[in-house]
Amino acid sequence: MHELQITERILSVVLKHATGQNVSRIIRIHLRVGELSDLEDEWIQHYFDYLSRGTMAENALLAITRAPIVLRCDSCACSFEVARGGLGDATCPQCAERRLELVSGSGYFIENMEVM
Amino acid sequence: MSDGVRLIDVKEEIHADNALVARELRTRLAEKGAFLLNLMSSPGSGKTQIILKTIEALRGRYRLGVLEADIDSKVDAELIAARGISAVQLRTGGFCHLDASMVAKGLAALDLDALDVVIIENVGNLVCPAEFDTGANKNVMILSVPEGDDKPLKYPLMFTVSDVLLVNKIDYLALSDFDLDALRQRVLRLNPRIQIFEVSAKTGQGMDAWTEWLRAEVGRLVG
Repeated sequence: MHELQITERILSVVLKHATGQNVSRIIRIHLRVGELSDLEDEWIQHYFDYLSRGTMAENALLAITRAPIVLRCDSCACSFEVARGGLGDATCPQCAERRLELVSGSGYFIENMEVM
Repeated sequence: MSDGVRLIDVKEEIHADNALVARELRTRLAEKGAFLLNLMSSPGSGKTQIILKTIEALRGRYRLGVLEADIDSKVDAELIAARGISAVQLRTGGFCHLDASMVAKGLAALDLDALDVVIIENVGNLVCPAEFDTGANKNVMILSVPEGDDKPLKYPLMFTVSDVLLVNKIDYLALSDFDLDALRQRVLRLNPRIQIFEVSAKTGQGMDAWTEWLRAEVGRLVG
């Protein structure tokens, strides 16, 4: 649902980074999306296609990879990944502790972009 | 990569701007001595009722204001204003959530020098508001019994960003197969630090524990 606003931000960030870099066209944007984000890849691309018309990012492809959910154990401080579905029953693989802190798994990070 | 194609590093978090605005907002609120509470839930969870009852419990001690985010209605703000509380209706124009700059805009319409506590009634859904830091001091979510005890499995992010879960409409428990223990277990595994209060805004059951918690939190910031 909030894909539109996220997509506007993606476009404005990539255009900002392309400015002054002698870029004629942005071809591909590498985006890392947290596994916890409820966001449809297809819709981001649809919105992006619409919003980027007439800009140097027109026709750019969004290459989206999912960033894993990472938890840290309150007891032994080790960090480990869990699947989204497993978040509700996660225990520390080292010491079986149930008190865990979410370290990462949300957010939207633009890694880089391929340009001409 | 084909000829002429090169890579530009961006390394930018999309929410970085919002996070910055949210931090600035928290600093400004601290200077003004105002506590900002972000209340999130599904539509129909009893958010407005919770706000009305919370106001009743706190109004003797603190001066309150409410920011109402409703996609397109003025009903809630009018209900609250009718009780003599400053209320601002933020029309989100179809947006599914509030971000920190929208909240800052709404707060500009309230006199923060004359207020101790501002409650944000965020847009009703369990997905989008979880993604955006509003600048609030505490995030509180409501899950009502008729919605079911499986919601932490479906909307984990909301439960991980909330400081408090109010399980509302517990007067419906007898009529449903809602499993409170299962809910607690699911929620605490997602977020071991969350405070859970079982309440009924309608009957008043459990509301004292919640408002006492809130009073203590406000007291810590506002005095």
